[in-house]
Amino acid sequence: MKRLLAPRTLFLSLGLLWLLAIWLSLALGPVSLPFVDTLRAGLRLLGAPIAGQGLEQAELIVGQIRLPRTLLGLLVGAVLALSGVAMQGLFRNPLADPGLVGVASGAALGAALAIVLGSGFGGLPEALAPYLLSLCAFLGGLGVTALVYRLGRHNGRTSVATMLLAGIALTALAGAGVGLFTYLADDATLRTLTFWNLGSLNGASYQRLWPLLLVVCVVALWLPRRAQALNALLLGESEARHLGVEVETLKRELVFCTALGVGAAVAAAGLIGFIGLVVPHLLRMLVGPDHRLLLPASLLAGGTLLLFADLVARLLLAPAELPIGIVTAFIGAPFFLFLLIKGRG
Amino acid sequence: MLQAQGVHVRRGSKQVLQAIDLSLHAGQVLGVLGPNGAGKSSLLGALCGELTPNQGQVLMQGLALAQWQGAARARALAVLPQVSSLDFSFSVEEVVGMGRLPHASGVQRDAEIIEQALYAADAQHLLGRSYLALSGGERQRVHLARVLAQLWPGAEGSVLLLDEPTSALDPLHQHTTLQAVREIAQRGTAVLVILHDLNLAARYCDCIVLLHEGRCHATGSPQQVLTPQALKTVFGIEVLVQAHPERGHPLIIAR
Repeated sequence: MKRLLAPRTLFLSLGLLWLLAIWLSLALGPVSLPFVDTLRAGLRLLGAPIAGQGLEQAELIVGQIRLPRTLLGLLVGAVLALSGVAMQGLFRNPLADPGLVGVASGAALGAALAIVLGSGFGGLPEALAPYLLSLCAFLGGLGVTALVYRLGRHNGRTSVATMLLAGIALTALAGAGVGLFTYLADDATLRTLTFWNLGSLNGASYQRLWPLLLVVCVVALWLPRRAQALNALLLGESEARHLGVEVETLKRELVFCTALGVGAAVAAAGLIGFIGLVVPHLLRMLVGPDHRLLLPASLLAGGTLLLFADLVARLLLAPAELPIGIVTAFIGAPFFLFLLIKGRG
Repeated sequence: MLQAQGVHVRRGSKQVLQAIDLSLHAGQVLGVLGPNGAGKSSLLGALCGELTPNQGQVLMQGLALAQWQGAARARALAVLPQVSSLDFSFSVEEVVGMGRLPHASGVQRDAEIIEQALYAADAQHLLGRSYLALSGGERQRVHLARVLAQLWPGAEGSVLLLDEPTSALDPLHQHTTLQAVREIAQRGTAVLVILHDLNLAARYCDCIVLLHEGRCHATGSPQQVLTPQALKTVFGIEVLVQAHPERGHPLIIAR
């Protein structure tokens, strides 16, 4: 069957775009650096023996501000896209989204709890605040997803349809909880809460990258091992079982990877929608639905797309900065509608 | 190969199967006939482990079905469901290739098998097409090729269960499909096939089970089972049964 792109062409172009996104993300911003300087500063930071005169400013900006932010974007984008693939496989629906199992809304609830209760206690300790916020968001996402999974289980089998409905109900419930905290919040807290809900790669630092890096490694190494089982799952659950796939184990792994991945991403960068929906979908149109290609391709494309979205967020109203969730929604929602209309025709 | 011993299955409050005893033998094609709601699909579900019997047990090669795990089970037992809900644009050969998942026979051997299985299901001309662009009957043949590939070339010890494999097919392909089923049986596979067409069953099955309200009404060769009286009781139709002028198997004609 003729695909739009051969796998080699795809990975070559994705790899090049990925590098281009990193380069642009390091070079552009309120202070634009010459591209060559950015490249040299980047290589120096990697330990390449390049003369450093005249590069001090570039090295400082790249090393201290833009590199952690770029890495955060790559990791968050990658894990959101991988989770999207996992959910679309689990629900056997190309329009499924990681939010379906309640992880994002749970994380939002956890974050709201931390922000509002924290300010109620006279503010969180300055040094711990970001960590506590991330931890609460992560645990909130994990908790709600665990509940959705538990509600979907009956007689030793997990019903995906029940999980979907439980996800909708718990998302609404968590939304009500966030609403309640919003109502209780004072003006300053409200602002924090609102901006957190819109997502941002701002405030990236190397210390905060480590937990996310760990999670992304787990998800990115685990899911591809299950690529063929995921392919079989698309035939249907009983068909996959007859092909020797341990379907219940697979479903548990998919839910766990998504909860872990999206939970960590949301904890690090707030709510960023549509990456998990759009990236796998776009790639499926290019190379087909085989998960052996789709997973690694999503890993690259997710990071690339998020970096480009972040560039728009940074540059559009510079020196002010737009929350990135707004940008991804402005790109993602019309794309989703385009898919719906195209699918109908 | 596959044995059901005193199997009872309950779905909700309804007893859908009662005291079913049957055996699939290597190299034999067993046809299951019965009106809607007689328990045919439940029987297939119980035989492949999708439904757990309330009483009785299912044995494969003398071992309880539940004892068979993952890939080992999939190498011995393949199941073709009535409908498939695949909604992703895999190519035909990718779909058939999924049948090779429980095997580790290598890309090259798999490609040969995929081609042979497609040929056996008379779907070789679909090679390279997108699954989603196929008609219902073509999809059914692709899935047939998939389960054939799963057991290819077919051997003693393997079991193939088919739920109405001819339901969406034109007359020619009803015959090519059952011919392919006969061929894999000749290489040793034990086959159970649910059918609605009495004449197809009479022509291609070695043995027929007539299900009626969850019970075995009759079991035996087509000549023994397909009698006017049995068909009147089970299906409520009046028929004439004659010998096929060329092949000798029963030919059922509605009156």
